[in-house]
Amino acid sequence: MAGTSFQGRDVISINDFSKEELLHVLSVAKKLESNPQPSLLKGKILASLFFEPSTRTRLSFASAMKRVGGDVIGFSQAETTSVKKGETLWDTIKMIEHYSDVIVIRHSVEGAARLSAEAASIPVINAGDGANQHPTQTLLDLYTILKEKGKLDNLTIGFLGDLKYGRTVHSLAIALSHFKTSIYFIAPEALRMPSYYIQELKKRKIPCRETSDLDSVAKQLDILYVTRIQEERFPDPLEYQKFKAGYRIDRSLLKISKPGIRIMHPLPRVGEIDPALDETPNAVYFRQAANGIPIRQAILALVLGKAK
Amino acid sequence: MTDRPPEYKISAIRDGTVIDHIPAERTFDVVDILNLRAHPDVISLGMNLKSKQLGKKGIVKIAGRELTKEEVDEIAVIAPKATINIIKDFSVIKKEPVALPEHFSNIIRCPNPNCITNKQKISTLFHVVGQEPLSAACHYCERVVEEKEIVLK
Ligand SMILES: [Zn+2]
Repeated sequence: MAGTSFQGRDVISINDFSKEELLHVLSVAKKLESNPQPSLLKGKILASLFFEPSTRTRLSFASAMKRVGGDVIGFSQAETTSVKKGETLWDTIKMIEHYSDVIVIRHSVEGAARLSAEAASIPVINAGDGANQHPTQTLLDLYTILKEKGKLDNLTIGFLGDLKYGRTVHSLAIALSHFKTSIYFIAPEALRMPSYYIQELKKRKIPCRETSDLDSVAKQLDILYVTRIQEERFPDPLEYQKFKAGYRIDRSLLKISKPGIRIMHPLPRVGEIDPALDETPNAVYFRQAANGIPIRQAILALVLGKAK
Repeated sequence: MTDRPPEYKISAIRDGTVIDHIPAERTFDVVDILNLRAHPDVISLGMNLKSKQLGKKGIVKIAGRELTKEEVDEIAVIAPKATINIIKDFSVIKKEPVALPEHFSNIIRCPNPNCITNKQKISTLFHVVGQEPLSAACHYCERVVEEKEIVLK
């Protein structure tokens, strides 16, 4: 059974998961959400190592751990640790593995989580390594789609915004390739999905099309996944303002889209979505963020051998 | 082989190894991989020789040296079409194409400047994901490196 094989495992990249494993994590999350287990991880300690600040991810992991009875130690930025004094990541992990049962790491350098997993004899969970991976985000995105739509197959997903640098988009598109999905990538020319991913998806027989015009495809979409367009990606602030205005969505979208469309966003948003959409049943981004709790509980319980 | 260009003469060796069909621009990388600058016996190098297969190729002849499996694997990463000829008494007694290993460790640099392997002193590791042209994914940052981007460590 797939479940038992999670014990002691690291969770570094969504690419390490088979379809069965993805579905298994989602089913454990569902069980924990409908039947909370406040002492499941009693006596277990999570070391939460945030070398780079990310308040929402850090709090989500801490809340997940505490709601299943576990304890949390750690730091929220590297300034306060010996890392600033030049200690290698390897040495830091070698020390901390004796203080805890599982490690969650966030780091600005790509590959830092994989290296930490090699250093540690206890499970390591990647909470974001630079522009590379953030697997629990991808899992909570999948969980949200499953909960909102009741299925992962036969869906059409649109990704909108910064698809060039958007880590969440790259990982979710790859995860969705395990299922029968069609994908639209909707972005300005300068922020198109990297061709490597398009080729990879085509290799996996996933129909995917690129466009810069949301209106022309809105009617097809079951899910619209919106991402933040970051100002620093644009050398010219005027260009940024232009893109921002062109890719902002509001209630007028609902007039031209499928009635059941669901709008997702990894948050924080900076103006991509009009707050007037928030109270529509189509807006799911806050529920999406809340889904991080059962997903992270499931991952923690699985790697610690407390869920099957 | 018919594609040996008769117009070039690179002095033959009596006993040793000939590495042929190196992409011309990788000739000196082969010299570096095998640490030939310190080799005490005869070495002859040819570069930018005509090749039907590669356009321009390089060839390296090393007297008194056999290659280990690790060395051949390293050459395969930068010269996937290379052939290794074992020479005894001026004749080729064995000729073998190199074979790309599935994984290779500490041969090339990761081109991602924000990769942990470029920030701290650790070995690189790559997993081959495509052949002809070669592409390989960094074990750490997952960046996929194309053949033309490859830089030795
Ligand atoms: Zn790398």
